[in-house]
Amino acid sequence: MVLYSLTFYLFSSVAVLSALMVISAKNPVHSVLFLILSFVNASGLFVLLGAEFLAMILVVVYVGAVAVLFLFVVMMLDINFVKLREGFLQYLPFGALLGIVLVIELGILFLTDRSSNIYNNQTPLQPIVNEVENTKMIGQILYTEYFYLFQICGIILLVAMIGSITLTLRDKGGVKRQNIASQNTVDASTAIEKKKVKIGEGI
Amino acid sequence: MTYDILITGLIIIAQILAVVVPVLISVAFLVYAERKVLALIQLRRGPNIVGPFGILQSFADALKLITKENIIPSGSNKIVFILAPIITMVLSLAGWAVIPFAPGWVVSDINVGIMYLFAVSSLGVYGIIMAGWASNSQYPFLGALRSAAQMVSYEVSIGFVIITVLLCVGSLNLSKIVLAQQTVWFAIPLLPMFIIFFISALAETNRLPFDLPEDESTLVAGFFTEYSSASFVLFFLGEYASMILMSSMTVILFLGGWLPPFDVYPLNVVPGVIWFTMKVIFILFLFIWVRGTFPRYRYDQLMRLGWKVFLPFSLFWVVATSGFLVYFDMLPN
Repeated sequence: MVLYSLTFYLFSSVAVLSALMVISAKNPVHSVLFLILSFVNASGLFVLLGAEFLAMILVVVYVGAVAVLFLFVVMMLDINFVKLREGFLQYLPFGALLGIVLVIELGILFLTDRSSNIYNNQTPLQPIVNEVENTKMIGQILYTEYFYLFQICGIILLVAMIGSITLTLRDKGGVKRQNIASQNTVDASTAIEKKKVKIGEGI
Repeated sequence: MTYDILITGLIIIAQILAVVVPVLISVAFLVYAERKVLALIQLRRGPNIVGPFGILQSFADALKLITKENIIPSGSNKIVFILAPIITMVLSLAGWAVIPFAPGWVVSDINVGIMYLFAVSSLGVYGIIMAGWASNSQYPFLGALRSAAQMVSYEVSIGFVIITVLLCVGSLNLSKIVLAQQTVWFAIPLLPMFIIFFISALAETNRLPFDLPEDESTLVAGFFTEYSSASFVLFFLGEYASMILMSSMTVILFLGGWLPPFDVYPLNVVPGVIWFTMKVIFILFLFIWVRGTFPRYRYDQLMRLGWKVFLPFSLFWVVATSGFLVYFDMLPN
């Protein structure tokens, strides 16, 4: 139990500190790296809760794919950060408002949920031990009760994907593309052309 | 109470060492084996001076590299520059925590073992990107960008291949995946997936013919151009350790892990760990063989293969497999 609390405080404090570093680091690449650290620690917290499938999905999707592309973009774009900082005070009230709303919401959740069974159990934040793996439990709920919502999520993602492709796809003329099939079907009769060249003239 | 924690901690550390030390030693011999096999393919002798048959060559190389001066470029981002090889190394060793070598021989037999392996191997790209960016130099940066795109692309098809296997198993636990292959290894009914997985593993570990991140004829040495001494050793060890890890993953998913090929008398007396090792060595030999045989892919060909060939095909195979399993009522529980 001591070990459990220790790991919980380790993961949560590193997560919170790295989240702070995301917004305070001067270098944007460092910000993204701290964001990744924060994601990894959040997934550690999921493992402690016994939600190992969610933890792994968080690492695979957010850390393994989304953050890689994020890092990719931040490294490639040459952003002037001194200019970006100038708007800091201008956006401060808006950011602070968002933060306060989030804190109030979390507070309400914390206060109202105190009556439910999570807090009445012997100790807070125990891993849920079940006969059925939670991967299976998620599947059983997701594909029965929330089937339509799940499908709608998929369609929204598809629409977003098609939208971003149509926005960025520009068919420039004069681009040479490799046609593998036509390359493979080349033989001597189509590859070589015989020409009679007159002396003193080109083709 | 505290005494108990101490004992458990010591047992865990002993288990970790029992996995990591053999892995590191096998990396040394893998490097030697690779040089020997490539030499044989190219009709050369290969390393033959240090020790009998040159078998201690890798240890001599490691000593040489570690005793050299560690140069950190003045224009580099120092913390990230030093972190990158460490991350590569740690990630390539972290995956071994869930690999079952024989029944019960596993450090942590977690329910989502295959997801953990997938997650760890998808994190491997960070070591490379960080190295390329922190070096603050053109060639490493180009290598890092290439590798980021490459690894993300091939992960997608690896994911679908894993899903196909999981459909036939009904569990994400690696020991259960192995035990589900008692009747037939998945390499036989899912042969196309096995081939796709093997090729994607080549791309995921940046091996030839997909070693564009470290393409020496165009990018000097790719993402580790600026690295020297011990930090280079860490990259080198990390690359080979993750190669062995991917081979073990292939063995567990498709070649029946520790199971003997047929459950008959002389074969099933051999301990599981020996079968496992033999299969991993076979896959590693394929890795080296491919390196000695095929020319490097061009970058656009690599992307085309990943997105236009492997992705649709593996997606089709996922649908076909699930359709087959549902139609013949063969879905596991």
